[in-house]
This record gives sequence, structure tokens and C-alpha cells, in this order.
Amino acid sequence: MNGAQDLGGAHGFGPVVPEPDEPVFHAAWERRVFAMALAMGYTGAWNLDGSRAARESLPPAEYLASSYYAIWLKALEKQLAATGLATPAEIETGRAAEPAKPVARVLARDGLEERFRAGFPSSRATDAPARFAPGDAVQARNIHPTTHTRLPRYVRGKRGHIVRVDGVFVYPDTSAHGAGENPTWLYTVAFSAQELWGESGDPGGTVTVAAFEPYLEPA
Amino acid sequence: MSHHHADHDHVHHGSDLSPVEARVRALESLLTEKGYLDPAALDALVELYETKVGPHLGARVVARAWVDPAFRARLLAEATPAIAELGIGGRGGEHMVVVENTPETHNLVVCTLCSCYPWPVLGLPPVWYKAPPYRARAVIDPRGVLAEFGVTLPETTRITVWDSTAETRYMVLPLRPAGTEGFSEEALAALVTRDAMIGTGLPKALPVEPVEMPV
Repeated sequence: MNGAQDLGGAHGFGPVVPEPDEPVFHAAWERRVFAMALAMGYTGAWNLDGSRAARESLPPAEYLASSYYAIWLKALEKQLAATGLATPAEIETGRAAEPAKPVARVLARDGLEERFRAGFPSSRATDAPARFAPGDAVQARNIHPTTHTRLPRYVRGKRGHIVRVDGVFVYPDTSAHGAGENPTWLYTVAFSAQELWGESGDPGGTVTVAAFEPYLEPA
Repeated sequence: MSHHHADHDHVHHGSDLSPVEARVRALESLLTEKGYLDPAALDALVELYETKVGPHLGARVVARAWVDPAFRARLLAEATPAIAELGIGGRGGEHMVVVENTPETHNLVVCTLCSCYPWPVLGLPPVWYKAPPYRARAVIDPRGVLAEFGVTLPETTRITVWDSTAETRYMVLPLRPAGTEGFSEEALAALVTRDAMIGTGLPKALPVEPVEMPV
């Protein structure tokens, strides 16, 4: 969706302000939101793409005015209500009023570190051959889905070339809203900075994105 | 959304909790009561990412690549198994790609759409990496962003920006600083900053120009 999350190339946000000796978390509640979001994702009630979709579909003004973990909290509450794991009234009171819904699994302390150090790969298998090969000229399609996508606006309609075939992965555009993993070929696509930004592009500069096959057409 | 209930509690119980703190505490209590969460698992997750996983791990990978050409070749060809040789890997880094700085090319990593970042080698991202200024400008004005980090590259150095738009996660392999011949792997790792592995910085002790040192 063309939401506030799609920030590449936007003006007016001011300078980057690094924080010396920045802590991992800035408040105790951030620790709990971080961990709750990961642990609720682990239940299988939704997936990572669904979480990203929930965050980026906050109203743009609210998204931009919220701190990072405030966005995570709002999205988590939205997902709990959408899946029926908790009602809005329960979230307001903090007390269960409805029976719990079954979840596929609950994250336990035992073995947690090993599970997270092993990771949760999103690579998949497919029988379909890759449509593109390194060096192929491609054009990013000028598409504007109203649902989740990972093709940023600043490359849509632009011409580049394939620099790497990354493999086959869960397709976020369907996975995000429960329409299946649809394993899809993923490519690294390079665009010249001046193709993207015209004369203001950094001379000789390159920007790459990771683009799923349906985002691309031959150029 | 309404924070009335939390505010109400705040007033009546004389608690020091802010509205967001009260809301988060209530949510954890609810999800625990419903059996979806084990608070001890939350504690373990926080401990893992606050105290164990961080950029010191990525620095070990970089230092190994600087001293071991065969490892460096494996790392650049297929990063995830190479990094796993050091016992490093996991969530947010299941599909790693390492991009190498050269005298001709400097690499810079961003996620314009959210906050994708190679957790197993760098830990959780800093606020600036997740905030709009960096996400907006890294792709359109990388030299301007680098200048704000105190990094000025020669005009002839080309910049490649890697926008993390899928589950592939990028780490920059910086140039080994001149004058570090004979350094141990541990001493080299100490020169590798988090920002050097994002591309917004350079390793410590990198002279602007190589200096001929008398022996």
C-alpha cells in the first residue's frame, strides 16, 4: 500500500541524528512490546508479513507521529483484535472476558535461545524456473496495490538490471493477508541513481532493491 | 485509540506508570492470563537481544574475513553458512548477504519500508536506522547522509545503497584499515564499529591517507 512507511526519497524529515552510546531499549515498556510482538508472532496466529502490514496501515499521520515501539504496540493490538485473540474491551481493561482461542504454539523459555539462534527461514522451494538471470535488463512494474507489497514507490516504472538471483521465498504480497505463501523467485535489482532521481542522483551511484518476480518485467 | 482507562488507573492508584506503561503492562497481563504468553520467555527474549546479540558478533565476522582469504571468499559467495561457521546466525539473519567495500565502491545499507536489519550480526537497530530521516534520505542523498556521520568519501568513490526490501539482510565488509598488518583477529575486531558494518561509518583508526611509518 502507498502508506507512510514507504519513505524512500521523501524530503523534509531533517538530518539523521545518531545517539551516542545508544541503549538497546529506551524504556522498560519497549522491552515488553518487543518481546510480546515476537512471542505473539511465534504463536502462528499471524506471520511477519501480516505484522508489517498491520504497522504500515496505521493512518499516515499516526504512523509518522509514533515512536517505533509505539507503532509495534498499536499494530499488535490491531492484530489481536482482528484475529479474535483478544477483544478491544479486553485490551482496554487488561482482563480476560472471553475464553482464550487456541494457538498453534506458545513460546517457552526452555530452548528459546536455540530457536532464535537457529532462525525462521522464509526460503521455500518451487518447481517454476526463474524468469530472469543476472545481467538481464528489467523494469519495475508501475503497480499500486492497496494491500501489502515490498516494491517501494521510488523504483516503480524504473529500469535496472538483475545483479543476483536470491532464490525462492514466501511472497509477502499474499502472505500478509492470509492468501498463502506462494513461493516466488526473488532478485536483487540495481538501478542507477540518476535513473531513480534524475539529475539530482549521485553520479555513478547505484541503489539496489530485492524484488519479487511479479514486480518485474523485461526491459 | 483511547488511553482513558490507563489514565483512570493512573489517577486512582497513585501509580507512577505513564499511560503507555500502564497499557503495555495490562496487555502483558491479559495475554498471559489467556495463555498465549509466558512472561519468563519474554524475559529471555529481552536478555538475548539486550545482552548477548550485538555488533561485537559482526565484528568477529569482519575480522575473520580480514585475516582469512578463504573465509572471506566463502563469506562473499554465500554469507549465511560462512557466518554460521563462527556459531553466529538466527532470526532476522536467515538469508545474509555480505557486500564488500573496495577503494572504488562504498556500500550503505538501509530499509526504506520498515527496519530490516541483520540482527544476528548487529543486534537490534538503533533508533536513527528506523526513523524517517535515514530511511527517506539514504537512497536519494547517500553522500549527504554520510556527511552527517562524519564520513566524506572521494568523489571518485561510487556508492551502492542496498535497500532491504525482502528477507535478505545485508552487512558491509569494510576495508581493513592501513597499518594493521600483524594485528590479531581480536585487535582487528575491536576496530570494527556497528556503523562500519551498516556503511554509515568506517573502522576505527582508519587514516585519511596511508602514512609511511618509520620502523
